[in-house]
Amino acid sequence: MIQPLPIIAEPSKPRKPRPRLGVFKFASCDGCQLSLLDCEDQLLDVAEKVEIAFFREATRRPLEGTFDVALVEGSISNSEQEAAIRDVRARSRFLVCLGACASHGGIQALRNQSKSEELIRIVYADPSTIELLDQSHPASAYVPVDLELPGCPINKDQLIEVLAWTLAGARPMIHRHALCLECKRRGLVCVLVARGEPCLGPATSTGCGAICMSYDRPCFGCYGPAEKPNASALAARLAELGAAPDAIRRLFQTFYATAPDFQKASRIHDGTRV
Amino acid sequence: MTATAREVSGAAGDPYLPRVFEVRSIEPQAPQVATFTLAATDSSRDLPFAFQPGQFNMIYLPGLGEVAISISGDPDGREGLKHTIRFIGRVTEALSRLEPGSLLGVRGPYGAPWPLDQAAGRDVLLVAGGLGMAPLRPVVKALLHEPSRYGRLSLVYGGRQPIDLLFAAEFAGWRDQGLQLCPIVDRAGPGWRGEVGVAPALVHQIKLEPANTLVMTCGPEIMMHYTIAEVLAKGVPGQNIFLSLERNMQCAVGLCGHCQLGPEFLCIDGPVFPYPRVARYLGVAHF
Amino acid sequence: MSGGPATGHAVIDKSEIETLIQGLWKSGYTVVGPTIAQSAIVIDEIKSAADLPIGWTDLQEGGSYRLKKRDDQAYFGYAVGPHSWKKYLFPARLTLYTIKKNAAELEIIAPDPAPRYAFLGVRGCDLRAIEVQDRTFLQGAYVDPHYKARREQALVIAVNCAQAASTCFCTSMGTGPRARGGYDLALTEFADRFLVEVGSERGQGVLASLASRPAVQADLVLADNQARATAESMTRTLDVSDMPGLFYENLDHPRWDQVAERCLSCTNCTMVCPTCFCHSVDDVPDLAGETSQRVRVWDSCFNPEFSHVAGGNTRPQIRERYRQWLTHKLASWVDQFGVSGCVGCGRCITWCPVGIDLTEETAAIRGRLEA
Repeated sequence: MIQPLPIIAEPSKPRKPRPRLGVFKFASCDGCQLSLLDCEDQLLDVAEKVEIAFFREATRRPLEGTFDVALVEGSISNSEQEAAIRDVRARSRFLVCLGACASHGGIQALRNQSKSEELIRIVYADPSTIELLDQSHPASAYVPVDLELPGCPINKDQLIEVLAWTLAGARPMIHRHALCLECKRRGLVCVLVARGEPCLGPATSTGCGAICMSYDRPCFGCYGPAEKPNASALAARLAELGAAPDAIRRLFQTFYATAPDFQKASRIHDGTRV
Repeated sequence: MTATAREVSGAAGDPYLPRVFEVRSIEPQAPQVATFTLAATDSSRDLPFAFQPGQFNMIYLPGLGEVAISISGDPDGREGLKHTIRFIGRVTEALSRLEPGSLLGVRGPYGAPWPLDQAAGRDVLLVAGGLGMAPLRPVVKALLHEPSRYGRLSLVYGGRQPIDLLFAAEFAGWRDQGLQLCPIVDRAGPGWRGEVGVAPALVHQIKLEPANTLVMTCGPEIMMHYTIAEVLAKGVPGQNIFLSLERNMQCAVGLCGHCQLGPEFLCIDGPVFPYPRVARYLGVAHF
Repeated sequence: MSGGPATGHAVIDKSEIETLIQGLWKSGYTVVGPTIAQSAIVIDEIKSAADLPIGWTDLQEGGSYRLKKRDDQAYFGYAVGPHSWKKYLFPARLTLYTIKKNAAELEIIAPDPAPRYAFLGVRGCDLRAIEVQDRTFLQGAYVDPHYKARREQALVIAVNCAQAASTCFCTSMGTGPRARGGYDLALTEFADRFLVEVGSERGQGVLASLASRPAVQADLVLADNQARATAESMTRTLDVSDMPGLFYENLDHPRWDQVAERCLSCTNCTMVCPTCFCHSVDDVPDLAGETSQRVRVWDSCFNPEFSHVAGGNTRPQIRERYRQWLTHKLASWVDQFGVSGCVGCGRCITWCPVGIDLTEETAAIRGRLEA
């Protein structure tokens, strides 16, 4: 259970107005919001620099007014959320999508490939209480988005950098090159070459800091496609190394199932030659 | 190990370290373009910033990054250090929000200059496009300081619209000092009585004595491509043609590898090149 | 740095490697050398001889690397791993300076002084790679003070190769298998002892701290034979004739399109390459907007961001990025630095996840390979 944190309570002394930050949740697991709470030491600076005007996981303040920065977590999965994301956009100057759900529909977008009614029948005892859009959509399907942070969940250091630039009035930027670059800068050994493990690093965006490889695990693509990846050639190589077609399909169809590069790579054994 | 900016600026050994400069003034130049006048904050603040026309500086905005900007001031130093900047990228957008008194970092000057040493006794044709006028303005200023040293001095300057032409307030003065100035725009605006079209087409009409003409061009690569084709067709020898190239310059000291074009590092071997030196690479798409 | 007139040979027992390592640490060096981590022989800090990959070797081919137990207890019985010494001379992440905004001043805070390294186990190809990077960072118009500080202090102990990986082609590049200078000491490993060659006065000083005996003619013959056998076992070759012209004449060769279908543009070849020097500098701001670090990081011509320019990308497709890398490595490098950017270590072949082989690509460009 998350308690409201005293460190981000309203300051008692009057001061000049700070930028207003709102954190909004849609269909998601809350992991990206937790990354913000996980900033610990830096959270003090955040609270110092911005007014946390709406953040259900941390404060009880009601939704009101406008926001200088809106952090949006989660995908748009029902009509209520569709209205809510439009409202958030209308209230916000700079809108940042946090993570795979808000930017690409998330793991729940796996249902986009099936019929929703069928899935509802399987999962819920009483389907009549469930109202769903046909598909799980990213925020960008409904409103213009200023920046998308990749990841499942996002990297808190990347979030802090983006906030720092945004608060300084500068356009934030994030790198979207292949994870391998980050992995090798850390001096980690390629698990694909040294152990033949099916690693998605060559086609996956940087941002996580190569966490999995630092624990001797291959990348499973939770930061989505890198800028202009050659994911199909990677899929072909994984097949050469002995990965079964179904395993390859699952690798590319978990966190960023809606990303065209990953979709194409997941289909290399469907009769289409890369 | 701590040092204030003033102390560090003496440490010439580290090419990555900037000197701290102050923004003295910002004059709007055109839509999304302004000229910044900068002054050093260290002990050299009263000395003119020594540079040669065509050279550039790395401008650093703390917390954001560096950007390569050509120097647009008079090389005699009397105007102070001037940079004419288009607000188009992340760093330059943030520069647009600075005010006089702001501090920023400067490294430079860097790069190979325009060949003014070869201009004496010759006709000089300058062909600029858009922001490409910025690194050529120091050439205009230098030539017009001693016009008698040179033959005919011409400038063909193309822009999108009249309002986009940089340094327009100075045109009359330049003409008075003996520059044949031919501005041309893609789209005329109200009151425009000059040429409409593209710069290379105007170059075609310029009369010149090919063997004795020095050509310097800076602008979009496509404009330079057709400009060079025109002057070559007129019989100007390739080695008399100089162009200034642009790539992603980051370190400016030939170490980071970003700005390579074949064997050339644009930051230290260029940005100004004699045309024959880079001709074979310019024709290769995406090289 | 290596150099100086002292030359000579000696022999040490294998157990003296421990004395060597301990002595170097005591003299203030950070000793780095081969050790096993993450299923590979990497370069890392070596606290004792037990950290060395004793009794292990590597099996390498395009896109594949495997460790294997040896039948003997060789200390240096492997070829080269994913790391090279640039990890220390040109670190992958280095804070160039920290900038602090004070009331009316920008304060620039210089980084900590560079550590003093002793490199243990530098191969012939890697000695050349260090020389190649010297040309970039020390001998151009501008000197990188960070590289310079690390390089000048570094003690280099080479090891002659007793075996070649299938990916090695140092004989084509004239860089190995035997160390050809640029070291303080060079070791040749025999079953029960090391032959030590002195390459500098500093190396002589280090040798003097070890229990050694004079080498005899038979030791030198044995070392020659070992080097010859290693050279003869090398299976890969790269024809370096007509460079740089070969590449400049073939910038529109159809092979670039073919290799781009396989290339992942993942940057691995440039990361493991011991001569690749491209880098970027990132600003890492703090939230308060008061301080920012300028952090230099390894970058790569395979990173699309590397060639971003206002309004586009100079090399938008993988085809152009691979062409840039290979053309630079084998051709324009020669124009820029008077030496090939390739030392024949084969790392880019082994560590390419899809096993692209630059010797094969070059042969294809040359028209000597079925497409």
